[in-house]
Amino acid sequence: MNEAHKTDGAASRELISFLIGTQEFCVDIMSVREIRGWTPATPLPHSPGYVRGVINLRGAVLSIVDLAARLGFPPTEPSARAVIIVAQVGHQVVGLLVDAVTGILTVTSDTVQPTPDVASDMARSFVTGVLAVDGRMISLITLDHVLPAAERQAA
Amino acid sequence: MDALAEIKQTFFQECEEQLVELETGLLAIEAGDHDSEVVNAVFRAVHSVKGGAGAFNLTDLVHFAHTFENAMDLVRVGRLAPAPPLVRVMLRAADILADLVRAARADAPHDAARAAAVAAELTACCAEAAPKGAKATAVGSVAAAAPEPAADDAFEFVPLAVDLSDFGDLAPMPGLNRFRITFRPRPELYAKGNDTVILMRELALLGDALVTCDTGGLPGLADIDPEGAYFGWTVMLETERDEAAVREIFDFVEWDSTLEVEPVAAPAPAEPDEEEFVFEPIPLDELPDLGPPDLDPPAPAPGEAEPSQAVVVPLRAAEPAAVPAAADAATEHRPAAQASPTIRVDLDRVDRLIDLVGELVINQAMLAERVNEAGLARMSQVAVGLDELEQLTREIQDSVMAIRAQPVKSVFQRMPRLAREVAMQVGKSVRLVTEGENTEVDKTVIERLSDPLTHMIRNAIDHGLERPEVRLAAGKPEEGQVRLSALHRSGRIVIEISDDGAGINRERVRAIAVEKGLIPPDTKLTDEETDNLIFLPGFSTAATISDISGRGVGMDVVKRSIQALGGRISIASVPGKGSTFTMSLPLTLAVLDGMVVTVAGHTLVIPLTAIVEILLPKATEVHGFGGNARVIGVRNGFIPLVDVGEVMGFRGSLEDARAGVALLVEIEGGARSALLVDAIQGQRQVVIKSLESNYGHVPGIAAATILGDGRVALILDVDTVAAAGSRVGSPDLTLALAG
Amino acid sequence: MSKTVLTVDDSRTMRDMLKVALTTAGYTVIQAEDGQHGLDVLAGSQPDVIITDINMPRLDGFGFIEGVRGDSRMRAVPILVLSTESDVEKKQRARAAGATGWIVKPFDPVKLVDAVRRVAA
Repeated sequence: MNEAHKTDGAASRELISFLIGTQEFCVDIMSVREIRGWTPATPLPHSPGYVRGVINLRGAVLSIVDLAARLGFPPTEPSARAVIIVAQVGHQVVGLLVDAVTGILTVTSDTVQPTPDVASDMARSFVTGVLAVDGRMISLITLDHVLPAAERQAA
Repeated sequence: MDALAEIKQTFFQECEEQLVELETGLLAIEAGDHDSEVVNAVFRAVHSVKGGAGAFNLTDLVHFAHTFENAMDLVRVGRLAPAPPLVRVMLRAADILADLVRAARADAPHDAARAAAVAAELTACCAEAAPKGAKATAVGSVAAAAPEPAADDAFEFVPLAVDLSDFGDLAPMPGLNRFRITFRPRPELYAKGNDTVILMRELALLGDALVTCDTGGLPGLADIDPEGAYFGWTVMLETERDEAAVREIFDFVEWDSTLEVEPVAAPAPAEPDEEEFVFEPIPLDELPDLGPPDLDPPAPAPGEAEPSQAVVVPLRAAEPAAVPAAADAATEHRPAAQASPTIRVDLDRVDRLIDLVGELVINQAMLAERVNEAGLARMSQVAVGLDELEQLTREIQDSVMAIRAQPVKSVFQRMPRLAREVAMQVGKSVRLVTEGENTEVDKTVIERLSDPLTHMIRNAIDHGLERPEVRLAAGKPEEGQVRLSALHRSGRIVIEISDDGAGINRERVRAIAVEKGLIPPDTKLTDEETDNLIFLPGFSTAATISDISGRGVGMDVVKRSIQALGGRISIASVPGKGSTFTMSLPLTLAVLDGMVVTVAGHTLVIPLTAIVEILLPKATEVHGFGGNARVIGVRNGFIPLVDVGEVMGFRGSLEDARAGVALLVEIEGGARSALLVDAIQGQRQVVIKSLESNYGHVPGIAAATILGDGRVALILDVDTVAAAGSRVGSPDLTLALAG
Repeated sequence: MSKTVLTVDDSRTMRDMLKVALTTAGYTVIQAEDGQHGLDVLAGSQPDVIITDINMPRLDGFGFIEGVRGDSRMRAVPILVLSTESDVEKKQRARAAGATGWIVKPFDPVKLVDAVRRVAA
């Protein structure tokens, strides 16, 4: 909801775009702390499949969410190009495993179009709009719900 | 202004300390210790709070403290006996004082009516004081040691009747006033460190002064007492200031001199008596600068007070002793070291340091692994240097942790008041005894102990202790006792809360547990297991929910908060004698000694404190026990064998227990369980990292840590894992864990 | 060279207040926490003025003043006593013990500095 309101404004904003499988997605650059290479994560027992585990981010324990799995796609097989987008979600910092980062976009709100009805339920709960850039379709996603609900409550 | 705000914070901190002194002292007095030092300490505590409050214009606090101080003073001088009713009022007054301090600190309103009521009680008590000079009976020791009232002093104080308005009339402002000041010091003046020269200098600051010295009293040389005072002084002063300002200068010396200040109508040069030997009058502004006369801007370093010239020399000679020049270096350094043994540091800085040291520990471990991988000989210079580094790192870590350690006093000290209030509410009489309040533990642990302790003390009084009539009938003293103690034991802090009440009513506990569906009616339980039922969620022992233990908070919440601190809680109860709750907590939340183990390819850390013994299971010792549960025979008993890999969901049950290692662990309540792991890597001190801050709670996992290879390893929550694994016939381990 | 004042008070608040007021006025301040500590500090220093509280643990202000006056080195050092307005008896006792003057609590910094200047040689 917040994301949708923000897109109403005419001001331009910067987004980081990335690949999950063959599809392109983007998040607001303001929520991104850093981007780092993939390192194997320590699995967490009894956690949802899309939680890859936790890694050491300069002394802090960072949970890694496989964004592909989270959005309902087949899980990511981390390759050399795979990266972790370290993002701020509420009070927490979360690592998002994606296949590759494709670039930074500067867009104005009027370029963001409503999510098409064809998207799956899972995708619709994360995608707040789509952008058409140079013939590519990029889905803008919100990170509010990437972590499991119970964990967010407990935190 | 900033400095003042800072001092104000200091004041509030100090108040907290004084309030503790106050309460401790009052409790000692209540217990019959009427030693004058104790009484004086209590008086001083109230006095200090009042003094500071005055400086910050905290009027309500000053007024109440003043009333309290008066009463305390009467006790101190022995005119009021510290009988139990009075001490009880004073304890309540101490509570009010604490409330007032906190209200002032938070700039919040306080219960003025309650304060007024207690102040009135105090005043009423004061009215019963013995008349001045007489002593109240029953406090012989106090009376003997108390300072004598001033009435007995040789020096009778004569109030200084200086009505400023009168002087105003005599010497209307503005305009120049002229005074003739006649001043004759007595030897006592010098003995008290006063100095005529300084007085003259001060007069000169008021205006134009012409000083003449009357040396008529000077005896022959042979008769001169070096400590005598032989001169008289007459000063003609022309000033814009009034007589009060002139007299103020002599404020300190009035008793030790004769002084006359007369307004003079016309400017008349001093007409000294012909017979008097007259010093050449010296205008005072030509006197050497003897001090910082003008303090704004800050005193320019005044010339060292060289004994100087005509006027001064005779005076100096008459002084008891000349002041030697200060030994500067010694003055400035040595006392400073003695006077400030502590510094106050922002907690954030300490925490930052602790984080950094945590990183250092990890880095050092990583480096050690690299060296190990590089295949360097154990005795190589690098390896030896690394050993030293490890030693040093550990010492740094211990020292840094010690900075955060604080005595549990800060939380213990809140409990006596709580006990009083709860006792009053439920109509019981209780004595709270605290022990080991100087036992130190990490500040975070202390902060998080407050709620569980509060709750348990409430419980002990509300549920543990019997009603007074029941106690009397049982042949116990009417007053119940609750003991709160702390001590260090094998790297942990152990806190006990025990009462001398009725003990756990096991029949009732069992009935309640059955009634609430917490256990099946036919369950066979040992006494210990029955006692532990009170920790189950949804259990409440109170027949009627009083507002003390009510609010839906039960022992399960206490247990959870203790567990969240990495602690354990257990209960021991003897019918008719009382119950003891024992909590064992880590000294710090930052590091942990762990056993690093491998389970299905995962590296896990098991807190060393939980491990009792390491067992290598032999086939004969492992027995199936209904369903897929197993037990292991240890000496004469059987202990549940919990497959950690299975409970964690890493793999299915390890078919052959002989392939693994069993760690015998002790869980809360003293029960034992054997955790089956694949292999042991070794022991290591690990830095505890929160999983919750960036993720959330994971069932069966207490926290995370970072190992030498830079990877995250999970720290096992032994109690939960053991409980989940040993729950017989539970098909869903995840659920069992989450529950 | 600035003058040195020794303040003796068991209250940290008071010590801090005295220190701020006096250092602002250009004095060097050394501190002690009670009478006994004050005498210990004096063994290694020679302040120009001493300011002392009365109610203190271990050794109170009266005892401290007597101790100072009993030391030939310190007999002439001015001693100011911190007292509350109502402490008439105490003021008198302090004088009897050898106090030079007094400062009424709560003090304002100007009055404090004034009083110190009035006794400082």
